[in-house]
Amino acid sequence: MTEAFFLRALAAALGVALVAAPLGCFVVWRRMAYFGATLAHSALLGIALGILLGVNPSLGIAASAIAIALIVTVFERQRLIGRDTLLGILAHAGLAIGLVALSFIEGPRIDLMAYLFGDVLAVTRRDLIWIGGGGLATLAALAALWRPLLAVTLNEELARAEGVAVVPVQLGFMLTLAITIAIAMKVVGVLLIVSLLIIPAATARRFARTPEQMAVGAAAAGALAAVGGLMASLQWDTPAGPSIVVVATVLFAASLVVGAIARAPVG
Amino acid sequence: MPDNAAPDNAATEPARATPYAPGTLAAAEGLEVRFGATRVLTQVDLVVEAGEVVTLIGPNGAGKSTLVRAVLGLIAPSAGRVWRRPGLRIGYLPQRMTIDPVLPLTVGRFLALARAGSATKVEAALDQVAAAALAGQSIHELSGGEFQRVLLARALMRDPELLVLDEPVQGVDFSGQIALYDLIGRLRARLGLGVLMVSHDLHVVMAATDRVICLNHHVCCSGAPEVVSRNPEFTALFGQAAARGLAIYSHDHDHEHDLTGAVVRSGQEDGQQRGPQHGQQHGHDHTHGHADGHAHGHAQGHERERNP
Repeated sequence: MTEAFFLRALAAALGVALVAAPLGCFVVWRRMAYFGATLAHSALLGIALGILLGVNPSLGIAASAIAIALIVTVFERQRLIGRDTLLGILAHAGLAIGLVALSFIEGPRIDLMAYLFGDVLAVTRRDLIWIGGGGLATLAALAALWRPLLAVTLNEELARAEGVAVVPVQLGFMLTLAITIAIAMKVVGVLLIVSLLIIPAATARRFARTPEQMAVGAAAAGALAAVGGLMASLQWDTPAGPSIVVVATVLFAASLVVGAIARAPVG
Repeated sequence: MPDNAAPDNAATEPARATPYAPGTLAAAEGLEVRFGATRVLTQVDLVVEAGEVVTLIGPNGAGKSTLVRAVLGLIAPSAGRVWRRPGLRIGYLPQRMTIDPVLPLTVGRFLALARAGSATKVEAALDQVAAAALAGQSIHELSGGEFQRVLLARALMRDPELLVLDEPVQGVDFSGQIALYDLIGRLRARLGLGVLMVSHDLHVVMAATDRVICLNHHVCCSGAPEVVSRNPEFTALFGQAAARGLAIYSHDHDHEHDLTGAVVRSGQEDGQQRGPQHGQQHGHDHTHGHADGHAHGHAQGHERERNP
């Protein structure tokens, strides 16, 4: 149980959960869950690009996520196709093109399942360095963005009138989201990444009175899900990434019950 | 986001030789704003000086909010120009502000978002709008009147030189409206700030207004409330009754209310020297005013019935 591969998996899952939780709060507050899913799904295309170009897949993912974010920003200005349709097109196109591109790659067979659902038990020291470095950079960026991003999230015009540089703040947020998706890919895979962003945040909502409390609560829920999911995976030999998401979902369901009891009229 | 959004920082306009008086905070000249093919504003001139209250009135869809948003730099004019004193600190109270309940937020945290490192100013800002008790309250549980007061406190957080208030008393009951306008007038007097305000409440707002601008896509008329009320264009837009109400109220303002709606200074016996309109409104103060708390001499804790 204290074998090196498991400790590495634990460190990776905890690191990703702690970074994803506060960022996921903004995804929830800004109602960008589907946007996050689009970035994540199209990350498969980034992986294929990374392999084809011989660079680290994390770089490929970050690049594709940034490209998708820019495409969405540009195309949102037209009105004939709704945002949800646009995101749906990009998500599935990115996934499909990524799958096709991966099939062209020669050499040792690509483990597609690892990309789609994560392979945290196979995390290497190199992966850990990526997760640690990317995670710290993301948290630092988020700390710097925190107040202006909250102000923009609440009311863009008010923030603008108060002198917040709205566009750079929003771009900064997209960038941190892209990096988070890149580092989370190894743990839960492109299809489940968004769950690490939104489920812990949703779990923390009913216990929080301030945005900061919600971020801390989400981090706690995410960390608990990471540890619990890995333990369960080891115990029952279930896939690690999905197990983490299952535990996160159980915690969310429990928060509904606890919240309902706490709010029930006394006497 | 509108396609024609202006540059982000509302306070940075290209510097140029200012043709305005030293006390001028913001101005518009020959302003025209189009939304697509619709011309919302044409040939609008506007000047706001330090220490004066300028009130924009006009029918729905007259372009009042568009004008204040153009003055703030939130939308770019299609013609004409907007000038703001370089480095001008602005406090803004937008017209329709809703806060999504997915975001947990206390009143205190909401105020602290106004500027970096301003957490220590929260208490003072809430004190100014007589809402200090609300600091720890969830912003989602406020009544309409409480919320408008909190929005005003937020606008005060930046030590503004110019307050831009877009219908600041919406959702506030009648006595609360008077109290809020009185507060705005007192802030103007104490802090020397300029106020640009959009209002529908003709007869209430005028007492605290130095200059009225009657807007209907263009400036119909402007001037002191009494002068505007005699202007034929004003009566054409708002009718005789409004003109009378405007004139009557501006001469009948002989006492003040605090924000709970209570009369804080009245020289004479209440009710004796007032017309029926005023007496009615006064009785109203003491019968409800739910939105503005129940602090008629009771303890603070009494103020919020919703709390257990």
